[in-house]
Amino acid sequence: MQGQDLSCIRQDRVLFAQLSLQLHRGQLLQIQGKNGAGKSSLLRILAGLAQPDDGLLYYKAKPLAHSLPAYCGNLCYIGHQSGIHEQLTALENLGFWRAASGLNPADDWALLAQLGLAGLEDVPCRMLSAGQQRRVSLARLWLTPAVIWILDEPFTALDQAAIGLLQQHMLDHLNNGGAIILTTHQSLTLQFQSLVQLELAYRW
Amino acid sequence: MVSLVFLQRELRLLARQKADWLNPILFFIIVLSLFPLGVGPEPNMLRIIAPGVIWIAALLSVLLAAERLFKDDYRNGVIEQLVAGRQSLLPFVLAKTFANWLSTGLPLLVLSPVVALLLGLGQAELGAMALTLLLGTPLLSLLSVLGSALTMAADKGGILLALLILPLYIPLLIFASSAIEAASMGLGYQGQLAILLAMLLLALALVPMAVTSALRINVS
Repeated sequence: MQGQDLSCIRQDRVLFAQLSLQLHRGQLLQIQGKNGAGKSSLLRILAGLAQPDDGLLYYKAKPLAHSLPAYCGNLCYIGHQSGIHEQLTALENLGFWRAASGLNPADDWALLAQLGLAGLEDVPCRMLSAGQQRRVSLARLWLTPAVIWILDEPFTALDQAAIGLLQQHMLDHLNNGGAIILTTHQSLTLQFQSLVQLELAYRW
Repeated sequence: MVSLVFLQRELRLLARQKADWLNPILFFIIVLSLFPLGVGPEPNMLRIIAPGVIWIAALLSVLLAAERLFKDDYRNGVIEQLVAGRQSLLPFVLAKTFANWLSTGLPLLVLSPVVALLLGLGQAELGAMALTLLLGTPLLSLLSVLGSALTMAADKGGILLALLILPLYIPLLIFASSAIEAASMGLGYQGQLAILLAMLLLALALVPMAVTSALRINVS
């Protein structure tokens, strides 16, 4: 996928202008920048949730407007908010996202145990800590068939072990031909060969 | 298939947040039981005002349940991420609407014999009331889902929601109460029922699409 001359304006402030980027299979794009530099706005534009004020997005060399269903079906977007309902248990939340991405119901106990949530599978998520909720939310990355992942601050509230686990999983995804766009303030601890960094400058 | 999983989720949420659906039902019963106390227990008087009173109480109680429909899912990002994925938005909306009808419309229908007793209605009026509720409450649910989707991002959307959807309820109110009135005078009321059915079918065809667009606009 490709973005050309993207601009975004929020309340008379130009967040970025003439921004161009490219993402190929197997590539990890890390977007960096200060708070308020427009990282999340850029991700929302790339996820098709918002329209750029200027510029065009291309997916497989076609304008995104023409290939939107194919693009969205191939996309897993996890934003600032967790996307999990506090009143539902981890298993129920995963079941919901499984159905939403068109997967058949399956047993998620092993996956949750792998993510260090053994014994907490059937506790309502409001009882879990912030990091545990984030783990439930990110568990979706283990089930989704999507090729492009767009993650907004995925490492927030996670402990070192979980960050390592997630990076390993991201590495596997890249090796399988996937592509990832993420924002983070932490530096990645694993070696990603195909890492591309994009720095958004804070503008007035 | 997807809709079934979504519906199961909505019903589970309703089972865990009982206030969401118990409040509107209690409100409906309380309003109707206050009327005989307020205007006096004279049976003829009650019979005259009953059609309007029943339907106004139904409208307001459904409105009470509407405000929180999408609030939680909006706040915790479920809707944003569903919109990003796109394909499962419509089943989500249908599941929400059906769950809303099961939790607010169906109880009103079940309660209709009790209401008939409270207001001293006869057999014919009870039949007409049940039929209008059967056709009218799904329409109420559809409209309140629409209003709720439009106002979910507003901080205090309650009044805005009422302003938006109460005018849409008015045709329903007119035809439904006129059907009950006709029944109480021993007249036929198939005409009113046909109009209610037509409004329901029109809403069923158009509202889900409007709701998905409203959700999309609200997250972008």
